[in-house]
Amino acid sequence: MTFGNVGRPVSRVDGPLKVTGKAQYAAEIPVANVAHAVLVTSAVGRGHLRSIDTRRAEQVPGVLHVITSGNVPPLPGAKKKTDPNDRILQVLQEDEIHYPDQPIAIVVASTLESAQEAAFLVSATYAADELHADLMPIGQDRYKPKKAGPSGDADTKRGDVEAAVNGAAVRIDQTYSTPVQNHNPMEPHALTVVWQGEDHVTLYDTSQGIFAVRKKVSALFGIPAANVRVISRFVGGGFGCKGSPWSHVGLAAIAARVAQRPVKLALTRQQMFSLVGHRPKTIQHLVLAADRKGKLLAVQHESVSETSRFDEFVEPAAVVTRMLYSCPNVRTTHRLVKLDIPTPTFMRAPGESTGTFALESAMDELAVELKLDPLQLRLENYAERDEGEDKPWSSKSLRECYEQGAARFGWSRRNATPRAMRDGCWLVGYGMATATYPARQSGSSAVAKFRRDGSLLVQAGSQDIGTGTYTIMAQIAADALGVPLETVTFELGDTIMPETPVSGGSQTASSTGSAVRLAALALREKLIATALADPQSALHGLKADAVLLSGGQLTAQGQPGKQDSLSALVARSGGSEISAQISSVEKLERAQYSLHSFGAQFVEVRVDEDTAEVRVARAVGAFAAGKILNPKTARSQFYGGMVWGIGFALEEHSVRDARSGRVVTRDLADYHVPVHADVPELVVLMVDEHDPHVNEIGAKGIGEIGITGISAAIANAVYNATGKRVRDLPITLDKLI
Amino acid sequence: MRNFDYQKPAQESEAIRSGQTTGARFIAGGTLLVDLLRLDVEQPELLVDLSALPWRQIEVAADGVRIGALVSNSDLAEHPAILAGFPALSQALLSGASPQLRNMATVGGNLLQRTRCAYFRDVAVSACNKRKAGSGCAALAGYSRMHAVLGVSDQCIALHPSDMCVALLAMDAVVHTRGPDGERSIFLADFHTLPGAHPEIESALKHGELVTHVSLPKTSFSARSAYVKARDRASYAFALASSAAAIDLDGQIIRQARVALGGVGTKPWRCMEVEQALVGRPATREVFQAAAALAMSDARTTEHNGFKVQLARRVIVRALERVGGVL
Repeated sequence: MTFGNVGRPVSRVDGPLKVTGKAQYAAEIPVANVAHAVLVTSAVGRGHLRSIDTRRAEQVPGVLHVITSGNVPPLPGAKKKTDPNDRILQVLQEDEIHYPDQPIAIVVASTLESAQEAAFLVSATYAADELHADLMPIGQDRYKPKKAGPSGDADTKRGDVEAAVNGAAVRIDQTYSTPVQNHNPMEPHALTVVWQGEDHVTLYDTSQGIFAVRKKVSALFGIPAANVRVISRFVGGGFGCKGSPWSHVGLAAIAARVAQRPVKLALTRQQMFSLVGHRPKTIQHLVLAADRKGKLLAVQHESVSETSRFDEFVEPAAVVTRMLYSCPNVRTTHRLVKLDIPTPTFMRAPGESTGTFALESAMDELAVELKLDPLQLRLENYAERDEGEDKPWSSKSLRECYEQGAARFGWSRRNATPRAMRDGCWLVGYGMATATYPARQSGSSAVAKFRRDGSLLVQAGSQDIGTGTYTIMAQIAADALGVPLETVTFELGDTIMPETPVSGGSQTASSTGSAVRLAALALREKLIATALADPQSALHGLKADAVLLSGGQLTAQGQPGKQDSLSALVARSGGSEISAQISSVEKLERAQYSLHSFGAQFVEVRVDEDTAEVRVARAVGAFAAGKILNPKTARSQFYGGMVWGIGFALEEHSVRDARSGRVVTRDLADYHVPVHADVPELVVLMVDEHDPHVNEIGAKGIGEIGITGISAAIANAVYNATGKRVRDLPITLDKLI
Repeated sequence: MRNFDYQKPAQESEAIRSGQTTGARFIAGGTLLVDLLRLDVEQPELLVDLSALPWRQIEVAADGVRIGALVSNSDLAEHPAILAGFPALSQALLSGASPQLRNMATVGGNLLQRTRCAYFRDVAVSACNKRKAGSGCAALAGYSRMHAVLGVSDQCIALHPSDMCVALLAMDAVVHTRGPDGERSIFLADFHTLPGAHPEIESALKHGELVTHVSLPKTSFSARSAYVKARDRASYAFALASSAAAIDLDGQIIRQARVALGGVGTKPWRCMEVEQALVGRPATREVFQAAAALAMSDARTTEHNGFKVQLARRVIVRALERVGGVL
């Protein structure tokens, strides 16, 4: 029942609003009588706030309130987690300092400038304790978490790894590490908070999960969730750090409540490094054992990552190793070390990005050891089913990804000997790696309303974090109902709309897309039933399966004269619209399958022989992710992941001062992400794949797979170019010179 | 940002008078000062905006070029006389910042560019001798990958981050100033000061003294010059090490040479030992390598920035290869 909108490269419907500056972001919402809040944060990273002096700040003209632990309203809900993915907040309810830059005061003023000036005039004294802010290879207490992210157990084991390793002809035993990274979306976290009386509040937030924000604010202030409205129509990038509400959300709401005025709060770029989560550092120990032909006999992947002392987040880096290759003996473990740091969080492909760096680097080392083509090694160990879950794949087209990617890249031209390929002063290297990401689906809901004016309005709470959600949902709805795309409006980003999951885990198309499709189909059924039951309709009395719906017209099959228009139908019904709402659940048959997207990344790097500067010269990513709903927005998602992979491999690193724990690289001049000159021609191949099991729309989700595998592909290419294996990201020139 | 007064004088004399005020700071392009105001590193009581002064000319004469202090980095980099006669300067300017910043940043401002030391820029860090004289130096035992290895002291290892100044140094540039005591001409080599015991003092300028223009003498080597910069990404990144090199060739033999380094010093660094080793020798990679090996012998490295010693020598060689016809 498709009419050709799904699968078409439709330009994003919100594009014109964004490029003309008309899209209003959270801090831009015009609100009368608004005050501005600025956070004051701790200079020390562990200890107690001994005293805080706000007198000079209060004297700045325009300052309304300086809120500290001494005068903040008590919030009994502050220390509670509303669900495992929720974070414990620091909203001035205590004087203990858990991490550097923890909020210690909020200044509220009638102008932003006054609030900023006053914030610098708040002075504090501390009882500082010695702190530990760096994950070390040895000498720190490690503990086993209950779970390794949403994907399963902390530890898994199949077969006998030790016996297999001991008997193997070839072994790789290496440790890889990935650094702390910060998401740094272009739009910082920001919100505008408006209280309506004591127990109703509206928050204009920039969020990947407005319903999680609603739940958190409701829990913090002890007011019903129905009294909390969260609106987030445009999000200037999220990447995971806008997936859970952080302390500043509670603090902005406190500020507005105390000031009894609407309040705006935007974090500074420097605060973005401490207050909204980060990708934790990982240290990953890999052991691979194989026979001389390259058949894997054993794989062991032990990952250690950092978390805060007061909360827990696991970077599930070893999870990919459970399923990526066929191997009889596999052991994976996850351990955590508590440090004096803010709580880490999800960051684009948490686990898969860090884990594929280690596993796919180790596979390359094994290929070198075996003198085998790295691509051939992967084909030797191709997993025909998920051996970790012991389930068949719902679909898997990785072999096609390898073939198409290799052909497009020209992989066969690779010289396996390091330093053999050159171009002037550049050493040239080729590298490849496998990409993978799970195809998640959560329960979601949507409402579809056909209106008298002939338009279709579809709504779902949801969020568009720049991925194209507005656009693809309209495409799905238009096809499901059989109306032209131009007549469809899709609205999102408001908790008064049907509830949806977080825009994270590459699941919005799968989850909310399915709900939108089902809602439109339910509406279709309802409209046809209404026509058949309506004595005034030309279709009165026909059977439902004898009616066609196309272009907003109902027609009796085989009788083109017998017609009724949807808008006339709504008009005759006496109302302004006919609507249908659906709450979808995860598709039942999913439980029988292992559901993943797969891909292959191929990269050429250039390494300056003298200066050791590394530049990516070109990259090809081939991905199979089920139905591609919109190749234009999808391509952007794959590009974005691959571009980030360049930064992941070569640039991104949040450095903490060992003594203070403060982030030293605390702005975008010191924390490098790729600039245009770092991004060469990227080729994205979308490999055809039909998956009838994954969900109602056959799409697996594409937001994160692009960043998986690519950092290993780059590291492997650097080895091919230079003969040097860098196992600690980022690969900066000082590690090569 | 703290509240401050603001003046925009139309006359040079007025600017100099206003600049005498205690707590006064001059502002031109503002690409750095505004940043530091927002971070609370700078807390001026008065900003004297120089943008109305008529110092935006690039004047070309037989004996060299005179560059007004308010000429933008973009305009200077693209000027035909600079492209042809002082290519290292153009290349240095274009290797720095971004087009938007270069459009705003001025020559005078770039001369006075402040360090990027993260401890200097984070006011929650109490120990910074540059920010607060006598308070200590958090960088010495801190994260110092980007910090200086030449000209450092026990009080400060902050790097001078300018690209432009490195090229100016190799071009024998002279800085011309005007202040309450009249006019001065200062060789660029003497313009920036070493931190020593007083890292809070960064240049020979006195309070209220203004840079009016920079002059570049026409030399036998400046047209044969190049700037090479090694960095963490392809653009918009500070130098890990950079080199401006210029030579005057008599056939294959080097008659005169200038070699300066950026990204390694507390001020732009001239390598006379390298220059001397080049003079009278043929322009070959082997000669360049032997000469470059003499650089950095006084480097004082930390656990994070030892790589700069090797890297600096290699960018010297690369820059010499560019101008020596080897590449």
